[in-house]
Amino acid sequence: MAGWKREWVGVATFLPLDEAVALTVGDGQSVALEGFTHLIPFAAGHEIIRQGRRDLTLIRMTPDLVYDQMIGMGCASRLVFSYAGNPGVGSLRRLRDAVEHGWPAPLALVEHSHAAMAAAWSAGASNLPFAMLRGYLGSGLADVNPQIRTVTCPFTGEDLAAVPALRPDVGIVHAQRSDRDGNVLVEGIVGIQKEVVLAATVSLVTVEEVVDDLAAPSLNSCVIPGWAIDVIAVAPGGAAPSYTHGYYDRDNAFYLQWDEIASDRDTFRAWMDEHVGGTA
Amino acid sequence: MNDETHASPRVSTGHPAWTREELMTIAASRALGDDDVCFVGIGPPSAACNLARLTHSPGLTLIYESGTLGTSPDVLPLSIGDGILADASITTVSVPEMFAYWLQGGHITIGFLAAAQMDRYGNLNTTVIGGYDAPKVRLPGGGGAPEIATACQQTYVIMRHAQRSMVERLDFATSLGHGPTGVERRQSGVTTAGPTRVFTDLCIMRPGPEDNELQVTSLHPGVGRDDVVEATGWPIRFAGQVDETPPPTNEELSVLRDLHRRSDEAHAG
Repeated sequence: MAGWKREWVGVATFLPLDEAVALTVGDGQSVALEGFTHLIPFAAGHEIIRQGRRDLTLIRMTPDLVYDQMIGMGCASRLVFSYAGNPGVGSLRRLRDAVEHGWPAPLALVEHSHAAMAAAWSAGASNLPFAMLRGYLGSGLADVNPQIRTVTCPFTGEDLAAVPALRPDVGIVHAQRSDRDGNVLVEGIVGIQKEVVLAATVSLVTVEEVVDDLAAPSLNSCVIPGWAIDVIAVAPGGAAPSYTHGYYDRDNAFYLQWDEIASDRDTFRAWMDEHVGGTA
Repeated sequence: MNDETHASPRVSTGHPAWTREELMTIAASRALGDDDVCFVGIGPPSAACNLARLTHSPGLTLIYESGTLGTSPDVLPLSIGDGILADASITTVSVPEMFAYWLQGGHITIGFLAAAQMDRYGNLNTTVIGGYDAPKVRLPGGGGAPEIATACQQTYVIMRHAQRSMVERLDFATSLGHGPTGVERRQSGVTTAGPTRVFTDLCIMRPGPEDNELQVTSLHPGVGRDDVVEATGWPIRFAGQVDETPPPTNEELSVLRDLHRRSDEAHAG
């Protein structure tokens, strides 16, 4: 089922979330669930866990709790990232357990800086093979990630950092709402939402609601046209415990609690079993 | 972060009303001005920047890497992308625009960094303790720091002073200070100044004019030279003239504590 690619353009397909994930995400694929602290597609991540996906290459600038959960449930074998902390709280303890002790499975790391990953998303959306930036100067990251290389400017001779464009098999983001034609409005911290949709081979957008009139507040609002999106699934509250600007706030208290829940393998698994399911 | 700040030991004599951690934040806030455009990290940098904005420098421009330009939040955000940062900004841009146009574009005067380890030349480690492939502790990683460290006109470092954090040799070099021997930054053609000030809970350090090695320029009240020597993993130098950091004013202290109290309440849910 997974590996599906729509055969027509011009229409986003509306599906229930479980069907949308089953159609788009398969074992062994590269999958990006993005959203820079805001609009993190937790509901889609939980559905991937319930469907028991394995051996995924997970891509995200800030893995956040959603990847802590997916890694702790054994969905991933590889992680492409630039900041792997619980923002404002500390560690991602399941991710650390995977890296430090190989539990529940070893996790290979492909580590970048934010500036490089943001540029790599832009390059992917621009259909370019790589991104360049004035980056990684004097940083040891280039020594541990062979994907960080150098290009020379043909005009000035300046050496610049180069990283491959991000072109995941599947790109998943959350957004405020879509209209009936699948045009999607993203508001607030827009992060790399648009880039992920355009860079991915197949895109899945979860939304709080579908409305008759998108009511974009400005001509310059961030709207992703429906004809550029593959699948849309309605998932009210789908970004919680992160947030959807204008709908609900970030559950900062839960981000603090997660530090305790994730500190132990058993409490983690019990929490996932109770709140997400699919662990049996 | 906040809990740790509040749990830190109080200075035993003479200054019962404030902690050294508070003075670390306050000292950093005093080094900011109305004309600065500051790239702000979460934790003490965010507290210092907002304290400056709420006291002596209302014109200070704060930028968080989530894309919020010119933001003035009522409470300290828990994360770099809390909604309040967007609500309180003059505009919110995409993350690629943030890093390419605003940071790499050269619009930031001060980048504020913290780290798990720093060496005598202000090079920073936020990646791993131990070896990279089999780390003892896997830290969160670089995030925005590697480019903040080189693209901002100068950087300030704020972190607690301890043997395990002020180290002779970094386990991993995440972000460039003045380079492994203090000269590499200049030699590699990086034109920005790099770390110009380091604020700890014991002192303020600045790079020496000759070789860029950090030296103590100001001791916090009640801190002796021995305290700094003991808490530093390399033989720390002292500048020819070492000042005493002025203690917190009542205004600085009350604004900072009010900010932390409101923030803790806001994040408790």
